[in-house]
Amino acid sequence: MGKATTSARNGTFLGRLTGSKNGLGLIFMLPAATFLLCFLTYPLGLGVWLGFTDTRIGRAGEFIGLENYIWLLDDPVFRLSVFNTILYTSVASVLKFGLGLWLALLLNEKLPMKSLFRAIILLPWVVPTVLSALAFWWIFDSQFSIISWILMKWGWIDTPINFLGDPTNARAAVIAANVWRGIPFVAISLLAGLQTIPASLNEAAALDGATSWQRFRRITLPLLTPIIAVVMTFSVLFTFTDFQLIYVLTRGGPVNATHLMATLSFQRAIPGGQLGEGAAIAVAMIPFLLAAILFSFFGLQRRKWQQGGAD
Amino acid sequence: MATVGFRNVRKAFGSVEVLHGVSFDIEEGEFVVLVGPSGCGKSTLLRLLAGLEHISSGDILIGERVVNDMPPKERDIAMVFQNYALYPHLTVGENMGFSLTLANRPKSEIAEKVGPAAEILGLSNLLDRYPRQLSGGQRQRVAMGRAIVRDPQVFLFDEPLSNLDAKLRVSMRAEVKNLHQRLKTTTVYVTHDQIEAMTMADRIVVMQDGIVEQIGAPLELYDSPANLFVAGFIGSPAMNMLSGRIDPDNSSRFISKEGVALPIGRPLVETPKGGAIYGLRPEAMRLGGDVRLKVEVVEPTGSETHVIGRLGGVEVVGVFRDRIEARPGDEIGFSIDTTATHLFDAASGKRVSI
Ligand SMILES: Nc1ncnc2c1ncn2[C@@H]1O[C@H](COP(=O)(O)OP(=O)(O)OP(=O)(O)O)[C@@H](O)[C@H]1O
Ligand SMILES: [Mg+2]
Repeated sequence: MGKATTSARNGTFLGRLTGSKNGLGLIFMLPAATFLLCFLTYPLGLGVWLGFTDTRIGRAGEFIGLENYIWLLDDPVFRLSVFNTILYTSVASVLKFGLGLWLALLLNEKLPMKSLFRAIILLPWVVPTVLSALAFWWIFDSQFSIISWILMKWGWIDTPINFLGDPTNARAAVIAANVWRGIPFVAISLLAGLQTIPASLNEAAALDGATSWQRFRRITLPLLTPIIAVVMTFSVLFTFTDFQLIYVLTRGGPVNATHLMATLSFQRAIPGGQLGEGAAIAVAMIPFLLAAILFSFFGLQRRKWQQGGAD
Repeated sequence: MATVGFRNVRKAFGSVEVLHGVSFDIEEGEFVVLVGPSGCGKSTLLRLLAGLEHISSGDILIGERVVNDMPPKERDIAMVFQNYALYPHLTVGENMGFSLTLANRPKSEIAEKVGPAAEILGLSNLLDRYPRQLSGGQRQRVAMGRAIVRDPQVFLFDEPLSNLDAKLRVSMRAEVKNLHQRLKTTTVYVTHDQIEAMTMADRIVVMQDGIVEQIGAPLELYDSPANLFVAGFIGSPAMNMLSGRIDPDNSSRFISKEGVALPIGRPLVETPKGGAIYGLRPEAMRLGGDVRLKVEVVEPTGSETHVIGRLGGVEVVGVFRDRIEARPGDEIGFSIDTTATHLFDAASGKRVSI
């Protein structure tokens, strides 16, 4: 009887659709897919479209092809912002990785009040970005900076450091702020990864004669790579698209030394009114982001040792 | 190869002491099995010897050296963990040669040492596999291989067979023993399976709640258990225990609380002051005799017959070489091999010499 129903169903298209597992899955996915399409793709599509027009605030634009992009290629400020973004992302990501891993390793040791330390580590992350940016703004203030004040007290320097007024200092300052803010995510995620590594592996390695550096190099690090790949992909994406910190701290100054693509895009589009051009700058970030995602995609592929049966 | 010594070793985790002064010595090349119920501190003792935990007081000696503060990597000890602890990102060959890689040995030397070890364990054609791609028994062998390649002073095994199925366990048991006979390395083997202990050990250390109850050769423990705990722990099915007292009129007779009279064999040198406990091995019961057993369950295993019944109300298990066709409720008569009876002081639990 079961057979009869099946063949009857096979007759119509709908019957075939509901009869097959994939077809049924498609039907169930439809609402979610529609939702995603409307709310995720539409703004993205609109942004891309704007990049091909000369829209300004208050005036509908016309399609002008690649003109925005060609113009941007020759724009020294845009080029500087690309350089800044890459510098900012790479330096900050490397620092966040290094310090985050170090913190995670520390927190993974047996130490008293471990959970308290773990909670404290999370603080920079739970504070609203704008608030921490304001705090840093104050820390980096050209006259009242606490860092300058302490260094002057100790007699190391005579005049306050011009943190945000000098291009090199400003770059270092925003990177420091970003690192401070990004470390918790990296540290806590890596800590979670570390805790999935059975203690007996490290014990076995210790008995096999490994020094603590060898244990880290040959056991911990290789087993942590899958998680490092995920965490650092996210970290790079967050850093590359960072906006709030820069906008509060420097607004891209001095002389565009800290302008990132995101801040430049906003500045051109909203205060500057050139929506089309701003959109084009934002769209220009997409290839970089895609590259990061692809990198992690290949980095994340199951390694040979992860394949095969369960444990 | 080396001797191992424990001198009044204590270990506390925080305020909880789990080992209360353990002392014994292991001779060079000896195969010693630690047995005891779960949580009695076997693994802890092993980890102390390996240097993975710090002792709270006492001394541990390897060879003639006190190693209390020596880090694990200097102790020259190889350990096979219960979960094998194979490095998942290294192949079988790399796992086995890991210690040599760490010591920056040339590839040719590593291959030279890994090859024969793999040969012994039948792993030669699995050297390029990853641990995930192996069966439980194969993983267990890799873990052993990793230890063999080290050629250490002492082998430690922490319940290495407990994850295997019954059949594989029996064959691995023989393999481990074989290996020891070939390599003659001092070995400490932890298990809570008394059959494993009996079949593999040169000497058995029986532990309970952080103290050593008895140390001796397997048959020594079986034939003259020092106390009730060892008596109940060694032997399968477990020894039957009946409480009662010695017949005041005939000190070679025991009378259980229910009034069943059982022979002791010889008159006692000293009678326990309070009550006594009579230990009757299931194997010491012989069919035909005047002790009456009321049958409840008959379990033929083929080679022998297990009979569970009541002896004056107390449940007793008997193992007979004969085929018995009794039905529940029947009574069978049996006699007792008095060379294999045991008597314990009810108050202290200690063995009373007969
Ligand atoms: N790291 C630890 N912290 C606190 N208590 C511990 C720790 N390790 C073991 N213990 C305690 O020590 C006692 C002995 O543990 P151990 O692991 O040595 O038992 P075991 O004899 O190996 O048992 P099993 O047969 O179940 O493996 C247990 O009561 C356990 O709770
Ligand atoms: Mg254990």
